[in-house]
Amino acid sequence: MPFVNWLKRRLVVLAGLLTLAYLLLPNVIVTVFSFNKPKGRFNYEWQQFSTDAWQDPCGVADMCGSLSISLQIAVWATVGATLLGTMISFALVRYRFRARGAVNSLIFLPMAMPEVVMAASLLTLFLNMGAQLGFWTILIAHIMFCLSFVVTAVKARVMSMDPRLEEAARDLYAGPVQTFVRVTLPIAAPGIAAGALLSFALSFDDFIITNFNAGSTVTFPMFVWGSAQRGTPVQINVIGTAMFLIAVLFVLTSMVVSNRRNKQKA
Amino acid sequence: MKTTPDNSGDVRLSGISKTYGSFTAVHPLDLTVPEGSFFALLGASGCGKTTTLRMIAGLEEPSSGTVRLGDQDVTHLPPYKRPVNTVFQSYALFPHLDIFENVAFGLRRRGIKSVKKQVEEMLELVQLGEQARKKPHQLSGGQQQRVAVARALINHPKVLLLDEPLGALDLKLRRQMQLELKRIQTEVGITFVHVTHDQEEAMTMADTVAVMNGGRVEQLGAPTDLYENPQTTFVANFLGTSNLIEAEVDTENGDDIVLKAGGGKLVLPEARCSAPTTAGGKVLVGIRPEKIALTHADEAGSIPEGRNRVTGKIADASFIGVSTQYVIDTPVCDEFAVYVQNVERDGRLVPGADVVLHWSPAHTFGLDAAQDIDAGTEEEAAA
Amino acid sequence: MSTLTEAPPPLAPAEPEKRPPRKRGRFTPYWLLLPGMLWLIVFFALPMIYQASTSVQQGSLEEGYKVTWHFATYWNALSEYWPQFLRSVFYAAAATVLCLLLGYPLAYTIAFRAGRWKNLIMILVIAPFFTSFLIRTLAWKTILADSGPVVHTLNSLHVLDLTDWLGWTAGDRVLATPLAVVCGLTYNFLPFMILPLYTSLERIDGRLHEAAGDLYAKPWTTFRKVTFPLSMPGVVSGTLLTFIPAAGDYVNAELLGSTDTRMIGNVIQTQFLRILDYPTAAALSFILMAAILAMVTFYIRRSGTEDLV
Repeated sequence: MPFVNWLKRRLVVLAGLLTLAYLLLPNVIVTVFSFNKPKGRFNYEWQQFSTDAWQDPCGVADMCGSLSISLQIAVWATVGATLLGTMISFALVRYRFRARGAVNSLIFLPMAMPEVVMAASLLTLFLNMGAQLGFWTILIAHIMFCLSFVVTAVKARVMSMDPRLEEAARDLYAGPVQTFVRVTLPIAAPGIAAGALLSFALSFDDFIITNFNAGSTVTFPMFVWGSAQRGTPVQINVIGTAMFLIAVLFVLTSMVVSNRRNKQKA
Repeated sequence: MKTTPDNSGDVRLSGISKTYGSFTAVHPLDLTVPEGSFFALLGASGCGKTTTLRMIAGLEEPSSGTVRLGDQDVTHLPPYKRPVNTVFQSYALFPHLDIFENVAFGLRRRGIKSVKKQVEEMLELVQLGEQARKKPHQLSGGQQQRVAVARALINHPKVLLLDEPLGALDLKLRRQMQLELKRIQTEVGITFVHVTHDQEEAMTMADTVAVMNGGRVEQLGAPTDLYENPQTTFVANFLGTSNLIEAEVDTENGDDIVLKAGGGKLVLPEARCSAPTTAGGKVLVGIRPEKIALTHADEAGSIPEGRNRVTGKIADASFIGVSTQYVIDTPVCDEFAVYVQNVERDGRLVPGADVVLHWSPAHTFGLDAAQDIDAGTEEEAAA
Repeated sequence: MSTLTEAPPPLAPAEPEKRPPRKRGRFTPYWLLLPGMLWLIVFFALPMIYQASTSVQQGSLEEGYKVTWHFATYWNALSEYWPQFLRSVFYAAAATVLCLLLGYPLAYTIAFRAGRWKNLIMILVIAPFFTSFLIRTLAWKTILADSGPVVHTLNSLHVLDLTDWLGWTAGDRVLATPLAVVCGLTYNFLPFMILPLYTSLERIDGRLHEAAGDLYAKPWTTFRKVTFPLSMPGVVSGTLLTFIPAAGDYVNAELLGSTDTRMIGNVIQTQFLRILDYPTAAALSFILMAAILAMVTFYIRRSGTEDLV
């Protein structure tokens, strides 16, 4: 039975591709339904093809406003978390100090904690302090949970860096500042970039922690959540599709560019 | 490019040591490396040679003592203020910079604006002119090694430090680079301090070799001197191979000492014995395997008078091409190594044959018997 | 992407001689740590303490709350909401097992069989992240719709009769049933399983497979005796990264489930944001945290991979 043998040898790959299909199916649905023209308030059933939503992406009240708030928070959270996280990573890799174990646990715990627990406890703090919930409380929360991810991304990179590179720089007349700017930072850059990208994605997409600590501010995920109750406009799918395409294009372009650069140099 | 001989390229270490907590990496050490010389620090890993080098470079602060370059005390200068450059183990080339920028790094940091001409000349010297715009990972090991040398040399340091610079290369390339480095050193006339664990490398390249062991310098001298006249069992075993025999001092006869070993007598010139000798005292007698001649027991009579001789039985023989290496079972030493050039091969010299080993007393050396007889051997290193 | 998933850095080409980090600038590490650690202490650790204290308070919104060491709140919360707790653990465990079963073949494919498609598949695994997960979860409402092809097919194959009998679905629907919630949880956290699995699989030397084959192991035996044991770090971190967020999730239960599929996250959310019963909510959240930490610690100890942290 050649077919059975053929199947046997490719069983793993086939199973893997099925999983991939499972992962991508919702994205296909999101894209297809961005061209839908639903009858009622909800966009769950296919009616007819239409590009209305694509022509008027901001046609829904408050949606683009929430998108802009989400983007602002994501940018500032990325900046904050990347800065603080990078500093911590360097301290952890490069220096020996007391309380190292405590620092490591404090960084690990937020990643091992269900979001709802962090969200609820942070809300108790804000309520106790009488803080005004809104943009700033969201930003504080986002920096907090992105921090650990930045630390792990940057730490891995800095740890794999040969300490002799910095010694070589100092040996070649670079003072401490020059060594950091000319050698350490450029080599750690991919790790820092990975941490920043991750922060941005995590912050932009966060719902649970934001929902607890947002007060009356509405971020994009909160807008989507609300619309799941009130009625889902097609424009949500437009934004979802656009984000997916931008991300894929971004990654593909950067891959092509780095490939070409490597070829030129070779 | 030769510097004027004002001794500013001398490296003078006085009493420097390095301790980490309770562990002493380098015991107080005095060492002078004269300007323009090619100096090697030789030893097994963990012997303190790299730490010594790093203290000269300023990458490690000595626990005591001073480092001087010529007359300048640089003990407390940071590395970026010392006129010393290093070729690092596995090179430490900056992966994010191309070859040109790697080589130009030191010049740029010192604020030199027009670096193009110098860098190009330097790349020519190490035969890498074509590769200037490649990234380090695109070069072969040997090419990376030359970039590392160029990157250090372009700064015209007073001293160039090399930390196992050839360790990552394969054997053939290593030989080639040894000659290449030697050529560059002769050409630029800069003091080279070279750290290596490879005794052959140290002996082929360096004018002076310091053999280090356990954070101390065991012996310092020209390669031939170290090889022919080792002062300690470590040097005798670490540089090449030595046969060491325990012997008892019998009588002194003019410039020679007569020793008793395994029922026979051996003669050792007093000048070649580094141990104190009193009648009845113990001494270790050493002889290099290639200095020994092998004669079949049937022809023992043809051996000239006045040679040291030991009888034994061949335990093992391996044919190497240029020579045959024998292991001989003798009463004085059960694994006596003998290397015989394959000029005229005696067909009777096969395992099991009774033989007489004999050599000129002038090749014999004497060591203090209080030492570990196996220090510096591979068996000891593996233990 | 986290301590759990990141491979330890590859060894430097030649190990430098061991030496302690330099000691210049004794206070530098503290200055570097200060802002970030302060942030985590004030906005992560301190809230936990506030929460613990809130859980033993009594009072009302109007009159304010006072610490009265009223531990009965815990007892009341547990006795009222234990079904939701149990449900959370079951759903999360089911989703974790499904993620492992689905994720392993894909991670294996990417690591060993994808060839030049490797990068593309990796991008396709990560790219959905960039579409808001709420939008993607809502898409499951369309996929599992009562009149949709999926339900139709399952129905005609009588699969739904079986799941109905098992209590996973109700009637001829999938939406608003446990199956839909577990399906959504599995979907949402699948990448968190695949990425660490891939990281640890990729580190396995392909020649080990050949060596195992050379030593008379059949492919399945090779997998059981060589590949799977070596991928254990990935399995451990993958299951943790899936189980922990799944146990605390309330989005999938809310969007794809019904009132009968409410998980503990839903209860905490409702108590905190709608009923405003802060002590009960804090107590529930505290129990969830303690339960998760206990499970994680036990699991890590058992699997002997404490270097994850």
